[in-house]
Amino acid sequence: MQNTDALIEVRAVAKTFAAEGKGTLTVLEDINIVIQPGEIVAVLGKSGCGKSTLLRIIGGLTQATQGEVRYRGQRVSRPQPGISMVFQSFALFPWLNVQQNVELGLEAQGVAPAERQRRASDVIEMIGLGGFESAYPKELSGGMRQRVGFARALVVNPDVLLMDEAFSALDVPTSETLRGDLLDLWLERQISTQAILMVSHNIEEALLMADRIVLLDANPGRVKAELPVTMKHPRDRDALVFRQMVERVYTAMTTAVVGAVAKLDAIGIGHRLPSVFVAQMEGVLDQIEQIEEAGSAELPELAEALHFEIDDLFPIVDVLELLDFAHVTGRAITLTRHGRAFVEADILRRKEIFGEHLLKRVPLAAHIRRVLDERPSQRAPEQRFLRELEDYLNEEEAERVLSVIIDWGRYAELFAYDYNAGILSTEDPGEEVES
Amino acid sequence: MRFQPPGQIARALLGGPNLWDLVVFPLVLAALFLVAWGSHQMTAPYQLGEVIPISLDPANLPHYALRTTLRMALAMGLSLVFTFIYASLAAKYRRAEMIMIPALDILQSVPILGFLSLTVMGFIQLFPGSMLGPEAAAIFAIFTSQAWNMTFSFYHSLRMIPNDLRLAADAFQLSAWQRFWKLEVPFAMPGLVWNAMMSMSGGWFFVVASEAITVSNQTILLPGIGSYIALAIQQKDLTAIGYAILTMLVVIVLYDQLIFRPLVAWSEKFKFELTGAQDVPKSFVLSLVQRARWLPWLLSLPAAAWEFSLRLFRRLPAVPLSALAVRVTRRKRRLIDRLTLIAMGVAAIFAALTLARFVLGAVALSEVGHVMLLGLITGLRVLVLIGLATLVWVPVGVWIGMRPVLAARVQPIVLFLSAFPANLLFPLAVVIIARHHLNVEIWLSPLMILGTQWYILFNVIVGAASIPTDLKEAAANLGMRKWLLWRRLILPAVFPAYVTGGLTASGGAWNASVVTEVVNWGTTTLTATGIGAYIAQQTTAGDHPRIALGIAVMSLYVVVLNRTLWTRLYRYAQAHLALE
Repeated sequence: MQNTDALIEVRAVAKTFAAEGKGTLTVLEDINIVIQPGEIVAVLGKSGCGKSTLLRIIGGLTQATQGEVRYRGQRVSRPQPGISMVFQSFALFPWLNVQQNVELGLEAQGVAPAERQRRASDVIEMIGLGGFESAYPKELSGGMRQRVGFARALVVNPDVLLMDEAFSALDVPTSETLRGDLLDLWLERQISTQAILMVSHNIEEALLMADRIVLLDANPGRVKAELPVTMKHPRDRDALVFRQMVERVYTAMTTAVVGAVAKLDAIGIGHRLPSVFVAQMEGVLDQIEQIEEAGSAELPELAEALHFEIDDLFPIVDVLELLDFAHVTGRAITLTRHGRAFVEADILRRKEIFGEHLLKRVPLAAHIRRVLDERPSQRAPEQRFLRELEDYLNEEEAERVLSVIIDWGRYAELFAYDYNAGILSTEDPGEEVES
Repeated sequence: MRFQPPGQIARALLGGPNLWDLVVFPLVLAALFLVAWGSHQMTAPYQLGEVIPISLDPANLPHYALRTTLRMALAMGLSLVFTFIYASLAAKYRRAEMIMIPALDILQSVPILGFLSLTVMGFIQLFPGSMLGPEAAAIFAIFTSQAWNMTFSFYHSLRMIPNDLRLAADAFQLSAWQRFWKLEVPFAMPGLVWNAMMSMSGGWFFVVASEAITVSNQTILLPGIGSYIALAIQQKDLTAIGYAILTMLVVIVLYDQLIFRPLVAWSEKFKFELTGAQDVPKSFVLSLVQRARWLPWLLSLPAAAWEFSLRLFRRLPAVPLSALAVRVTRRKRRLIDRLTLIAMGVAAIFAALTLARFVLGAVALSEVGHVMLLGLITGLRVLVLIGLATLVWVPVGVWIGMRPVLAARVQPIVLFLSAFPANLLFPLAVVIIARHHLNVEIWLSPLMILGTQWYILFNVIVGAASIPTDLKEAAANLGMRKWLLWRRLILPAVFPAYVTGGLTASGGAWNASVVTEVVNWGTTTLTATGIGAYIAQQTTAGDHPRIALGIAVMSLYVVVLNRTLWTRLYRYAQAHLALE
């Protein structure tokens, strides 16, 4: 099993978080990845699939619950000098100027001031920030800030560069340019970095850069597939091979939704309802109906029509399946009988349909309604339900799930919620006492 | 903490001195000399009972002002060190936090002035035969008036450090030392500077009060403005009081211009925001200093020290805040928590019993009841005065705050007023009350709030000024006017800021009661009924059990009032009215 050439070896890594009650939340399960020198690997997956957690474990910023990560054969239990990281939010120190931000890692490694300054200047020049040495992050545009993020990571001459959604906070043209510049540095061997591991939810981004794509499944996060990308650089996103590759990855990712459906039949009150607003469901249902008029709707097409990343679309689709409004087979999504009825109804009827399905399909909604009906006062504090949810979920997650069900229940007028008092009741929301 | 790279320093030196240098350099030298001379005076020999000659000659006032300022600066330095250590420990160790943060909350509520008599004796014994004893006692008193809010601010900032910055610090393996100076302190800087300034403002009041200490019928007068005032009161010299007020005004203007504004303007760069603000505080002095060519050279000194400290503390193990997750199971942790709580409870009961034995050994139970009643009277006074101040200053503050140009101009004035030690004005009030035979119980009361009412005004101005323009426009568009506008927009928007101001004002008023319920003018002594007067009288008499009783009861009232009124209002404001 020992792979002597490997730069990074992830072996049987699992990560669980302890929930408040008896339950634990498994974020990652049995992850095995090997990264060889000279390759760019992209980890793709939906949000919440644990891909960022995986990156943090590899970087030594978080500990795995099970399994281990080895860097050049050594076990990683804390941040390593040979591994550096670029953050989605840049994570620049606003009180340090560009030069000082870049020097930070060198200072931590005990490099002498003169050499620190020289190396930082070199990297700043290389990454295209020359002339901005004394600028503070707030004076820079988003793209320039992330260049500082790259300079800071590259100045320590890392073996491995970890990128946590490094381009997703930037607008499209800016991220395009930055990605191209980084790729040029990499291809021309101007940086000593041996391997890049990037985490992304953008399929095209991954396909433009990576030599290999690792697909992560969600709940719990597992490696579902590994796809080699053999296209030569520079890659053309309009080329036929590229489009076919995008479709392939897309299909591979959507099968996850089908997998999730199987689990949905048996959801309990502790199910992690995704944070989806009713308005979003309505938007997607309406869009499906529009597309269906011209034929059958496919997920990629749907995402494009809604200007969504797949990342944004999946939780909504999950909920629509849960509520029995839509059905996914492979890449196709169709409205169910109820979904069609919902789309065609007026607003009052929509609320009724939504309420019926909520009671029938979401045990938590039915449970809350039943508890409220059983009480003489028809009122109950939110704490009561939170405590119940905390048997399955951690505190934060319990609060999130309750806020989701409150949003849905309010829309369906199944129950009312008084924010100030933290009380759920069956009162007509219109009569809610103002305080 | 801006360290220039060496290249820039060399360039600056080669350029030779510029006009700014001619101004800055002598000023820096003079300041250093003054500090050295003043601190030398502090270590002069002294025996208890010895009378330090204080003269009402106005020519002495610059010297006295220097001594007073120096005490203030030392106390501030001490507060900073305390803040760094205490807040860091509390923020990084969860179990320490369980004890340290509530303790800080109580410390904040204890009337500092009541403690003076107890600490003075201790410090005199600590430095026998030296002026350092009473000096240290005074500095300690000022320290206790400054440290707590700074510590709270630093602690809260540490807790608020964004996760991505922590992770970046982890990923680049910053040492604990580097992390502290490059991440934690800079992030906390704006809040810390602001609180330090507030502390300094409040500190003038205490420095004046703590320089003339009467313990066991012995009066120790430390050379300073406070003692000058005390002597002027003794000799009924209104002219001298005028001089003292003038000196104080000059000192505060200098402090405002030389320290406050430069610091606030400088701390602007630490604000955690990635968009440049439009309206940045400016300071003439800061620009002067930043433009001086010699300054980078001076700054290379701390830069060199930084490099040295880096090498020195490189091996210091980092305790990153994000690594706080303890590796024991939850159940085990709960058990340890419970045991800690039990241990604390036992210690608390023991402490309470010891205090009770100490007090009840000398004081009858009926007197305890009497002191409780006195506390109630003072509490009533505080509440009524806060209510009156609210009625006056909320409308005024809103009126000013809704006019941005005016608000920008008035804010520094209000800050200045809050810094001016109100106790300098007490003699004038006494003269008026004595001359017109006014009711002491009523007319001494306003003195309590004289110094602290400005916090209400200031915060209301800030709150009203920060009402978003779109909300104001929406209200105008809906045709909201008069009472509806106040009820639906202005009051809710201003309320959170008002609560902060009211809390500060209320705490200040309790503290001030120790010096406002008993006031002197020559041989005339005016005394109002209240717990402040009780503490003051027992302090003069040197009756320690009764001082302890007074302090304990007052602290109890302050804590209860804070918990039942202010904390609740604050929570409500945060949960329901915070503008996001």
